[in-house]
Amino acid sequence: MTARAFRESLITILIHVLLVVLSAFMILPFGWMLATSFKLPQDVFGYPPILFNENSSPIHYRFLLEEKNLLRILWNTFFVAFSATFLSLFFCSLGGYGFAKYRFPGKNVLFAFLLATMIVPFAVTMVPSFIVVREFGWVDTFYALIIPGAANAFGIFFMRQYISSISDELLDAARIDGATEFGIYWRIIVPIIVPGLTSLGLIFFMGSWNNYVWPLIILKTPARFTMPLAIASFGGAVGLSNYPGQMAMAVISIIPLLIIFLLFQRRFVEGVMAGAIKS
Amino acid sequence: MESIQDHAAVPPKPIGRPRSRWGEVRKSRWAYAFISPFYILFAIFGLWPMAFSVYLSLTEWKGVGPLEFVGFENYTRLVRDTVFWQSMRNGIILFVLYVPLMLFLALVLAVILNSGRVRGYRIFRTIIFMPFITNMIAAGFAFRILFTHQNGLINIGLGTLGLDAVPWLESVWWARITLSILIIWAWLGYNMVIMMAGLQTIPHDLTEAALVDGATPVQAFFRITIPLMRPVILFTAVTSTIGSFGLFAEVASLTEGGPINATLTPLIRIYNVAFGGLRLGYASALAYTYFAIIFFLTIFQVRYGRER
Repeated sequence: MTARAFRESLITILIHVLLVVLSAFMILPFGWMLATSFKLPQDVFGYPPILFNENSSPIHYRFLLEEKNLLRILWNTFFVAFSATFLSLFFCSLGGYGFAKYRFPGKNVLFAFLLATMIVPFAVTMVPSFIVVREFGWVDTFYALIIPGAANAFGIFFMRQYISSISDELLDAARIDGATEFGIYWRIIVPIIVPGLTSLGLIFFMGSWNNYVWPLIILKTPARFTMPLAIASFGGAVGLSNYPGQMAMAVISIIPLLIIFLLFQRRFVEGVMAGAIKS
Repeated sequence: MESIQDHAAVPPKPIGRPRSRWGEVRKSRWAYAFISPFYILFAIFGLWPMAFSVYLSLTEWKGVGPLEFVGFENYTRLVRDTVFWQSMRNGIILFVLYVPLMLFLALVLAVILNSGRVRGYRIFRTIIFMPFITNMIAAGFAFRILFTHQNGLINIGLGTLGLDAVPWLESVWWARITLSILIIWAWLGYNMVIMMAGLQTIPHDLTEAALVDGATPVQAFFRITIPLMRPVILFTAVTSTIGSFGLFAEVASLTEGGPINATLTPLIRIYNVAFGGLRLGYASALAYTYFAIIFFLTIFQVRYGRER
């Protein structure tokens, strides 16, 4: 073995060691979350620290089901994320189609305006949007979580790029066959862009599932809370923090997204990449 | 369905020169209909609220009852609002603490994982990306437990190495560092994936050629990869800047803005003024000031990033 080859393999080993250490750091919070969720409260900061002991039990998960309305809160989160995702995908793909495949007066101005709206930070619209939503009588309802953000500038931009690559001949052929403009969108565009819709949909779903500030402003009734709100407002019965119960809730809030992420990982990463590179 | 059928024959693209602008608009009514949801929703939930908020910033309002016009009083008061300026400073401090380190790590990891010398690089990519999908309330509380001063796992680990326990959440600077660790944990994978996508757009043979000419990989990284990746680095830097001022859930769960407002971000300050103090007019003035500063900071960053 030459000195060079030896050095190369040494570097390769070093890289792998570093990656393993980094991965351990990435997994540690998940592991500790899971371990804590099975502990008794007095064992959370016990010394020496343990992953599991004979007192470990799924008791806190039963507590969530029986006392904390877990299924209801999971359903709320799912319902909001699912509705918001599908409504957004519909509006974004429709808007993206409009910008990708039509020429019309004012198109460039309208598109520039659309892009400009992306620089407005949430802090600016937070207070006045709440006032508008309150005028609509949507405080403490899911409408406020689903509708205001349903047509999203980034999504339209993303979809426009995606739909631009579809050939015009295909659409013209359908037109000659007597398809309506909406029919072309529905029967021809939508089936072709399913991969793009999946990528975008995963990002929307995750964004809604994990959202905290807006639901915090809107939702008042604990029975209507979404998962992040429920975790944040988790208190013990006597006002003490109930870390194991809270961690059990945290574990459950992560599992659905984790499953979706592992199933659709490629699409998910593609969506993140495409979104960044194009802007 | 009847009316949809009627327009079936309307061509989407005007053929030849249209007779009039109005005729062109009429012909394009489908396109306008398709893009309209965004503009309608933005008008109701974005533009109108923003305009109203400008007026609101000149008033004092508790959210009910009449608006009391106070002129520029909110803006003059804001100049002396030490908590607000503290929160702006925190945003900059957090930026300095985590952004350069995170982006550097993300780029190094992207280069390593792209190099083809890592076995099972997909597994590493998955693991490093995983925190990104986690909600920050769950993650923040998990970090709070891990970084607890008394018998938290991290301090116990330090203890077995013979090191002193660190007041991770109790001291001003350590709290900021712990928050930075949480953010790097959460966003490293995201930035890494973007860097990986960026690396695929730069020509591979340039670094190859440099290596053949005798450059070390480290030299190639600093002299070739970083300059070529400038646009991607700039993009991630700009989004991270905006991100560090707009942190909310991470802070709410990990430090609650403390100790003594050391980790309070502008977004949390505005939230507290609006929904805790019910001073909606003042909160609007804060929000616009914040927007103006962020806006110029971003422009400065883009200018500076492009020129160098």
